[in-house]
Amino acid sequence: MSGGSGVIEVDHLTKVFSGRKAVDEISFTVQKGEILGFLGPNGAGKTTTMRILTCYMPATAGTARVAGYDVFEESIEVRRRIGYMPESPPLYPEMTVDSYLHFVAKIKGAPSAQRKSMVDDVMEKCAVSDVRNRIIGKLSKGYKQRVGLAQSLLNNPEVLILDEPTIGLDPKQIFEVRSLIKALAGDHTVILSTHILPEVSMTCNRVVIINNGKVVAMDTPTGLTNQMKGAEKIALSVDGPMSAVVDKLKSVQGVISVKVEGEENGGPTNYTVECNLRTDLRRVLAQEIVSQGWGLLELRGVSMSLEDVFINLVTQE
Amino acid sequence: MKNILAIWQREMKSYFVSPIAYVVLTVFLFIAGMFFYGALSYVVQSTMMQAAYGQGAPPADVPGIVSRQFFGTLSVVLLFMIPMLTMGLFAEEKKRGTIELLLTTPVGNFQAMMGKYLASLTFLLLMLLASGVTISALFVYGQPDWKPILGGYLGLILYGAALLAFGLFISTLTENQIVACVIMFGIILVLWLISLLTAGAQGMLRDVLNYLSVIDHLDDFIKGVIDTTNVTFYLTFAFFGLFLTYRSLESLRWKS
Repeated sequence: MSGGSGVIEVDHLTKVFSGRKAVDEISFTVQKGEILGFLGPNGAGKTTTMRILTCYMPATAGTARVAGYDVFEESIEVRRRIGYMPESPPLYPEMTVDSYLHFVAKIKGAPSAQRKSMVDDVMEKCAVSDVRNRIIGKLSKGYKQRVGLAQSLLNNPEVLILDEPTIGLDPKQIFEVRSLIKALAGDHTVILSTHILPEVSMTCNRVVIINNGKVVAMDTPTGLTNQMKGAEKIALSVDGPMSAVVDKLKSVQGVISVKVEGEENGGPTNYTVECNLRTDLRRVLAQEIVSQGWGLLELRGVSMSLEDVFINLVTQE
Repeated sequence: MKNILAIWQREMKSYFVSPIAYVVLTVFLFIAGMFFYGALSYVVQSTMMQAAYGQGAPPADVPGIVSRQFFGTLSVVLLFMIPMLTMGLFAEEKKRGTIELLLTTPVGNFQAMMGKYLASLTFLLLMLLASGVTISALFVYGQPDWKPILGGYLGLILYGAALLAFGLFISTLTENQIVACVIMFGIILVLWLISLLTAGAQGMLRDVLNYLSVIDHLDDFIKGVIDTTNVTFYLTFAFFGLFLTYRSLESLRWKS
């Protein structure tokens, strides 16, 4: 897709499960040091894409390269360079946090001389040092999640692939994990999946929105919201008979719905008009209202939150 | 090699933090001891009767008879213990999702398999070693021939190695330990009782069925005879089990 300089290059990736396309010709590139947010409703194909990138399962068609290596042909090379945190943290409940992390460090090929400092370091980063000698099975969900995250950071991988890393954490921990992920970018390239929208706008440089296995949008979080700013929702304040105003607004082509904000009180009333994607009706609406002799007191485009963009995109078809 | 060792170590630890290891060891040693005592007292009683009636028969080889009985019992008890040792090896990883960790780290399928296989083999060796305490009683009170005893142990190790490899394979097929255990029981019982089927069979079929009976190949070992046919049988069996395990692990990627 691009010139081939990305750390992660996904090219027309397709995965078919018994006749159903879970991932359908997805292509994207992630540059070094970037945090890419993978956004989509449940079952959109996020986890499947991540599993292909981590060499857990092969693709049906298309190619993916991580750090310059093909995930299928050079799987071991790819695995040496990734840290992966699956949806449910892959923990051995009977082990202590300390011995678990040492085990993972070992199978990731960390040199034995550095293993201890490496384990201490990730425990510090993920704030699990205080439970290092506890049995994993007895830990709370939040701790388990962070031990799972700690595991993915071991051996300082070039690429981090995190499948819903903040699930099950309390707000304070979510904040900490997000800052941790932000701090990791630069040295590491991160892909994280989530269906929590603010998470994307807070942590990611770029967003890929997927739905039904297809990429429906790809941009920066602000780009995505700006792209449609003022177009879809328009707030109006009109001094005029309410029902007539509503009827008039509804009759304008491209208007989907008109919502009255507040009560009829004789004075000016606030309306929110929703219109078709990527059409700007501000000029038309203003003309219509003025031509009726009503007072147009206010008219402005309402910028959509990422949430609105998301809902729009995934419910479009 | 380092990866195999790491997996082996983790697997050994997990045997001993779960109750399975202790239950298997205790039951195994209890049954072994009970049958050892039974065999010994029976043989001692019958030789005493023989001596009392003075029929002039040559003195019976008490330790020999006892050790043969003992190994026969161990081989049957092992049939029931081996599924317990292998049922969780991969099934549990699949259930917990840790298989996703193993298959996305630089550990290859072969290394994961060998680490687990060697761990189960180590546990088997521990069981057999512990049973040695019982049989060493023979050395305290008599001068048994050491060849059948050594042969018996070698036979049991090979026999265990073969069955463990198969159990490992079964464990890759499901994420439910109980299912893995029951399937393994089924297979083991068929292989054990296969010689009963030979009664009705003829010619080639009879030979093949006889050859497949896992337990029959132990007889020579217990008599102190190490026949390469039997060694080859068990090694082939183990190799085949590992081969199936390896293939099954490869196919996991495509199925999941």
